[in-house]
Amino acid sequence: MTHKRDVMIYTRYERFWHWSQAVLIFTLFFTGFGIHGTHDLLPFGLAVMIHQTAAIVLIGLWIFTTFWNFTTGQWRQYLFKKGILKIIRFYAYGILKGEPHPYKKSLQRKQNALQSLAYMTFMTVIGPALWATGIVYLLYNEWSHFDGAGEALGIVALLHTAAAFAMGTFVIIHIYMTTTGKTPLHYVKTMITGYDRIELSEVEEAYLAETKAAEMK
Amino acid sequence: MKNALYAVFFMALLTAPSISVASTADHSKFDQLNGPFSTAESVTKACLSCHTKSSAQVMDSLHWTWDTTHPVTGQALGKKRIINSFCGSPLSNEPRCTSCHAGYGWTDLRDSAPTDPTKVDCLVCHDTSGAYEKIPTDAGYPQLAPRMIGGKLVQPPDLSKIARSVGKSGRENCGACHFNGGGGDGVKHGDLDTSLINPPLDLDVHMSADGENMSCSQCHTFNDHIPSGSRYRTTAVDTHGLDLPHDDHDRATCESCHGGTPHQDAKLDDHTDRVACQTCHIPEFARGGVATKTWWDWSTGGRKDADGKPLYIKDEHGHLSYSAQKGDFKYEENVRPAYLWYNGLIEQTAVTDKLDSHMTDGILILNRIEGSATDGKSRIWPFKEMRGKQPYDPVNNTLVVNHVFGDDDSAFWTNFDYPKAIAYGMAYAGLPWSGTLDFIETRMYWPITHMVAPKEQALRCGACHTTDPGGRMATLSGFYLPGRDHALLLDILGYLMLGGSLVGVFLHGAVRILLRKRPSP
Repeated sequence: MTHKRDVMIYTRYERFWHWSQAVLIFTLFFTGFGIHGTHDLLPFGLAVMIHQTAAIVLIGLWIFTTFWNFTTGQWRQYLFKKGILKIIRFYAYGILKGEPHPYKKSLQRKQNALQSLAYMTFMTVIGPALWATGIVYLLYNEWSHFDGAGEALGIVALLHTAAAFAMGTFVIIHIYMTTTGKTPLHYVKTMITGYDRIELSEVEEAYLAETKAAEMK
Repeated sequence: MKNALYAVFFMALLTAPSISVASTADHSKFDQLNGPFSTAESVTKACLSCHTKSSAQVMDSLHWTWDTTHPVTGQALGKKRIINSFCGSPLSNEPRCTSCHAGYGWTDLRDSAPTDPTKVDCLVCHDTSGAYEKIPTDAGYPQLAPRMIGGKLVQPPDLSKIARSVGKSGRENCGACHFNGGGGDGVKHGDLDTSLINPPLDLDVHMSADGENMSCSQCHTFNDHIPSGSRYRTTAVDTHGLDLPHDDHDRATCESCHGGTPHQDAKLDDHTDRVACQTCHIPEFARGGVATKTWWDWSTGGRKDADGKPLYIKDEHGHLSYSAQKGDFKYEENVRPAYLWYNGLIEQTAVTDKLDSHMTDGILILNRIEGSATDGKSRIWPFKEMRGKQPYDPVNNTLVVNHVFGDDDSAFWTNFDYPKAIAYGMAYAGLPWSGTLDFIETRMYWPITHMVAPKEQALRCGACHTTDPGGRMATLSGFYLPGRDHALLLDILGYLMLGGSLVGVFLHGAVRILLRKRPSP
C-alpha cells in the first residue's frame, strides 16, 4: 500500500543553490554576450566588471555546493542510471501521445536518467570548462609574458565561448523541460516550494513522519 | 601602497623647483650682463665668464650637433641626413632651417656645427622675459640692428636686458622651436603647439597652471645640458619605472613619475605592459585650437594665378590650403591618432637610401616604426600619421634635396621651377640626380606623447574592445583583443546551436499543445 504525499524533495539549500545559480548564469550570459560583441547594451568596462564579479560569486557557490553535495551524499543523485533510452523515447514521442512518464520520482531518485546525465555533464564538463578557461582568462597578466601569449589568449577565449554556447543550449532545453510536468508550471513551483507529490510506501511514510528526515505535508 | 608613497614623494620633488624659483644668484645684479651687447656672441662670452663649462656641454648635445649614430640600428641620423615629410631636407636651405639651431651662424650644414664656444645661443633657452627672438632666416641670429620688416622699422631686442632676465627654461623657450616645427605653429607634431604655453587643464594636465604647471624640462630632464626623451630612440616600455633621486635622471617617460601600475584598478594596470599610457590618456591631439598639418602635397606646387602671380588659397579656417611655394595642404584639429606596435626603434629614410624596401602598397613609409604584438618589447602607441607627396628621383630611386629657400635663381619658393631647385639641392648635397623628377606618396609617423588629458577624458574600454570596424585597435593584428576578435566558425556554430535548440523546443511544445487538444482514443 502506497500513499501520495507532499514531501520536501528540494531542501532549502538546494533551492538557494539552484536559483542563485540561475540568476548568476543569466547575468553571465547577458554580460558575456556583451563582451563578445553580440549586443551593445552595456559599456564594455561595466560588462567586464559585472561578468567577473558574477563569475567569482558563482565559483564560490560551486565550491560550497560541491562540499554540500559530498557531505550530504546528494552527489549520488547525479550518478548514471539505467533506462535513459526509455526517457529519450518518452520525450521524443510518448509525451506527444500523452503517455505517462516512464520514471517515478522518489526520495532516493529525484532525477530521471536523462536528467542525471544532463546535470552530470553540466557539473563535470560544461561548468568546469567555463570556470577553468575563465580563470585562465582572468589571470592573463600572470602569463602574458610567455611567448605567444597574445594568440594563446585567443584560444582560451575560444574555448570559453564554446563552453558558453553549450551552457546556453543547456539552459534553453532545461527551461523548456520545466514545462513538461503535470502542468506547465508544476516543476517550477516544485523548485520554488521544494515540495513535490511523490509516492511513499507505508514504511517510508512512517519513517519520515517519525524522524522528520524530510518535511512532509 | 609603496608606489603611491613614491608618487607623492615625486610630486613634492617635482613641484619643489617651481615653488623656490629663486636661485642663489640674481642675474639682474651681474655687472657682466650690463652690456651693451652689439653682438650675440658677446652675450655668450659674458655667460661663459661664470658658467665656464656650459658651451662645451651644449656643444655635446643633439641640440647642437644635429648628428648622431643610433646605438641599436647603427643608422647615422641627424637633420642633414634624413628626409621628413615637411620641408624635406635642410641642406641648401640653411639660413632658414638653422634659425632653430641652438647657436649662431651655422650657414652650411655640410660642415659640422660651429666649434667656437661663443656661437652657443644661451638666450634662446634661458630668456625669461619673452623679448628674445631669433630672425627666422638668419642662421640662428637674433636681430642685431634696426631693420625694415614689412615696411616698418623694427628695433632690435635689448640684449643686455634679456641677459639680465635669464633663468630656468620655460615652456615658451622650448616652444620657440618645438612648437613651430615644419614651418609654423603646430604644423609638425600635432601634440606640440603654442596652445601649450598656457594650456587649460583639459588640454594638458601636466603643463596647465590649473594642473601641475610643469615645464618641459621637468620630464625632459637635462643632464649637463643634454636633454632626455628622444624620438630617435624612444623608451617605448619603461621597465625602470619610478625615477628616484640619484637614479637614472631621465624622467621623460610617464613611468618615471607614475610607476608601472598607476591605476587604482588591477584590470587597468594589467594593460600597461602592452598599451602605452599615451594611447588611452591622449585620446586626440591638436586639441588646443591650433590645427596641425596632416597632408602636404608638394606635387602641385608652383601654380600661378591669371596675373602670373604665385597662387595662395586659404580654407574656411584661414589656413593655407594651397601655396604656390609648397603645394596643397590639409589641416586638422582634434585628431584621432593612428595606433602602432612600437618598441622604441624607428628607422628613418636617409637622403641616400634606395626606396624599394621602404615601400608599402606603393606608398613610401619615411620612418618605419618597429615593433610587434609578439616581440615582447612593444606597446601600442599613438602616432600622428603625416601624409603627403614629395619629389623623388624615379631613376636613381632616391628622395631628393629640394632647394626651397635662398636668394638665388634656383630656390623653389622664389623661382617655382622644380628641376632647377632639385638640381641645385642635389648638387649642393653632393648627391647624384638623374635629371628625372616625379612625386611619391609618403607617410611619416610622429609619436604622440604630449597633451595628456584629465583622466575622465581617457579612452573608455569600448573604444578598443569593440567589433565596430571604426574601433581604435581595428587595424592592429597579431594578438587576440577581447571584444574585437571572434572565431567566425565558432560563432556560426554557436548561434546555430542556440537558435536550433530554441526552434526545437518551440516545435516540440507546439506539437504537444496540438496533440493534447485531440481527445484520446
